[in-house]
Amino acid sequence: MSQIVKPASVINSADSVHRPGDASRGNPMSPIVRVDSISKSFGANRVLDGVSFNVAKGSVVAIIGRSGSGKSTALRCIDRLETVDAGRIDVCGHDITSPRLDLQQLRRDVGIVFQSYNLFPHMTVEQNIMLAPRLVLKLGKAELRERARMVLAQVGLADKADAYPSQLSGGQQQRVAIARSLAMSPQVMLFDEVTSALDPELTGEVLRVMEKLAADGMTMILVTHEMGFARKVADEVIFMHRGKVWEQGPGAMLDAPRTEELHNFVASGL
Amino acid sequence: MSLLTGPQLQFLFQGLLWTVVLSVMAFVGGGLLGFAVAILRVYGSAPVRNLTMLYIKLVQGTPLLVLLSLAYFGLPTLGLRIEPLTAAGLGLSIYVSAYLGEIWRGCIESVPRTQNEAAECLALSWRQRLAHVILPQAMRIATPPTVGFMVQIVKNTSLASAIGFVELARAGQVINNATFKPFITFMVIAALYFALCYPLSVWSRRLERKFHVANR
Repeated sequence: MSQIVKPASVINSADSVHRPGDASRGNPMSPIVRVDSISKSFGANRVLDGVSFNVAKGSVVAIIGRSGSGKSTALRCIDRLETVDAGRIDVCGHDITSPRLDLQQLRRDVGIVFQSYNLFPHMTVEQNIMLAPRLVLKLGKAELRERARMVLAQVGLADKADAYPSQLSGGQQQRVAIARSLAMSPQVMLFDEVTSALDPELTGEVLRVMEKLAADGMTMILVTHEMGFARKVADEVIFMHRGKVWEQGPGAMLDAPRTEELHNFVASGL
Repeated sequence: MSLLTGPQLQFLFQGLLWTVVLSVMAFVGGGLLGFAVAILRVYGSAPVRNLTMLYIKLVQGTPLLVLLSLAYFGLPTLGLRIEPLTAAGLGLSIYVSAYLGEIWRGCIESVPRTQNEAAECLALSWRQRLAHVILPQAMRIATPPTVGFMVQIVKNTSLASAIGFVELARAGQVINNATFKPFITFMVIAALYFALCYPLSVWSRRLERKFHVANR
């Protein structure tokens, strides 16, 4: 298959989109996450090949693409769960590639939710949520309770504070995982295929929570297979292919793909 | 064939008491040392991990009798005066630490890596992750095999008789030498060991069942 269209981040469907490098000073929408031509290889496999994108404060960015396109790796790099071989990432003022990075401070500013929930099975829902605020933020008992109550209400599980994760459905567990991240009051939330392990009904309840979160102004970066959700909620969609940002633009971009690859991807209904 | 006399039985029970003391010493000493071994084996730098592994291999590849002899007869040649109880406690602790260290290493490593990752992403420090997330889960996995191993410890304390320590087995030998009633004497000894070990193995089995139910 010939590459008729230029790949990489050159293609911008909308002019309003922030290009890497134009991190314009004085812009009220200055990016809170700046990913600048990062590359990464696992052995001979180049999973990220010069990926750049910016995320403005309060915006929602959806990263889509086939499995193996590097989208999850890109997301994990932002929270320094993976290191990059080249390039720069700046998150909430933290230079991720700096050897002097304060990893703990970064993780206080960035929340992440995984596909497999990863709740702590030996703790109740409330204990799961209060653990990090108690140990890291050193909040008092009353404040902890209040915070747990607040985030649980936010994800619609106010009545499950004393349940153990194993007593909850997948969708409920994932909402607890979201609440657990929110309890640290992060500035950016990352979602790594959070609904991929759920059936459609449970997917819906998790997506509704995320939609509400977006409406409340949370900065969100999500790797997702939910095209409908990306189209509807994301301010910007990034289509990754072969470790590159292949196409990028507002949700409407999915209705009129410019590249053959995105066209095929959308058509395949993934 | 008459049974054992009162004083003889009393002597045996004294031996039993020392067996219990030795077992507790071995378990506490070996447990503390074994915990350090397990942590170093999992979280140490590469050279530390290799060194710990060498320690485990060396101890596991040495008969307990030799370890006890080293402690009791070997250390004095280095100018250290050592009592049989100290020597036995030391030898047993080292022996137990290698086994418990290896059992616990496996338990720590069997806690899914994603648990650590999730805790890391919540900004918990290594100590906090270990204390609040990893170890509580590892402990649940570790309890049945640990209690099971305690049975081995109890039985292995009998080897302390070889360095002149009068615990249950040695007490039995002494009484047999005096009375020459080997059958009845050693039957009583066996029964006493059984009385110590059986509750432990029942407990271990019960814990195992409970653990399986909890994980369903």
